[in-house]
Amino acid sequence: MSMFGLFSRRGSAPVARERLQILLAHERAERGQPDLLAILRDEILAVISRHISIERDNVQIKMDRGNSASTLEIDIEIPNAADLLVAARA
Amino acid sequence: MGKVLVVTSGKGGVGKTTSTAALGVALAQAGQTVVVVDFDVGLRNLDLVMGAERRVVFDLVNVVQGVAKLPQALIRDKRIEKLWLLPASQTRDKDALTEQGVANVIRDLRAKFDWVICDSPAGIERGATLAMRFADTAVIVTNPEVSSVRDSDRIIGLLDSKTEKAEKGQRVDKHILITRYDAARAARGEMLNIDDVLEILAIPLLGIIPESEEILRASNLGSPVTIGNPASAPARAYVAAACRLRGEEVPMIVPSERKGLLDKLFGRRAA
Repeated sequence: MSMFGLFSRRGSAPVARERLQILLAHERAERGQPDLLAILRDEILAVISRHISIERDNVQIKMDRGNSASTLEIDIEIPNAADLLVAARA
Repeated sequence: MGKVLVVTSGKGGVGKTTSTAALGVALAQAGQTVVVVDFDVGLRNLDLVMGAERRVVFDLVNVVQGVAKLPQALIRDKRIEKLWLLPASQTRDKDALTEQGVANVIRDLRAKFDWVICDSPAGIERGATLAMRFADTAVIVTNPEVSSVRDSDRIIGLLDSKTEKAEKGQRVDKHILITRYDAARAARGEMLNIDDVLEILAIPLLGIIPESEEILRASNLGSPVTIGNPASAPARAYVAAACRLRGEEVPMIVPSERKGLLDKLFGRRAA
């Protein structure tokens, strides 16, 4: 084993501890109540799909639960073709 | 009136059944009347760990459903006086246990025994919630490992919300039992240490059971470690934990195997 390997194998416990603290802070806050990020994700997608038909393959959703703030990133590819506009048809 | 103790964890394989058997024996050895109850319907194993697998006639489900009377289903331990086992059934029916049926059995056991120790199945499904439902005290068995600690936290949440005590606005008395602890690895920073686990879970510590070959040997033999090898490190740790359950103050140490010089020189094994 290289010197680097030797050092990187050491002290994984502090990493475990920090990951657990962040995760459990979230899970405790969410306990008994619905998952805010998941609700936002579903409602945003529902609103958009009222206006255009979304191909599930063209939607990228990323969530990152951080210590003091979380991010929800929704990336939707909207084709330029006008016939996709549901609103126009309605 | 006896105390109802649930041994639970969320995660499987962390040592609930081993701990139920070892604590049950230790409490009975201290003169208490004890019944250990297997709630793992469909996957019973407490009978095997207790060495009573060939003596099971009736089980918890039979009693709950009224097929058998409680005294018919209780198995008396042949080695330890005042220790009894109520096995689970091997039925695959998930709804075999009803809440009212379990309530009745627990009420009857509470009247007969000082300690009713409920061995919870893994998970958070019906079996696990019924095992904790009527508990006064909970022992949450946790390995110093991320998935076990996370699941313990989840179980603590359930103990604070889904038990009868919680619904009445009371508290289940909760304790952490850390199992499979390797003090040397924790000292090298390779394993979560006791303070890490306690700080994260914020529950008082009942005991520290060191990683030991004696645990597998005990289940191989069907002889809980507190009977089979009372001088061993895990047995001493379980006896100390049982004393604390009874309210005694026992200094918290991590018992270790006493090794002779020859063991130290040649006792290291591969992997």
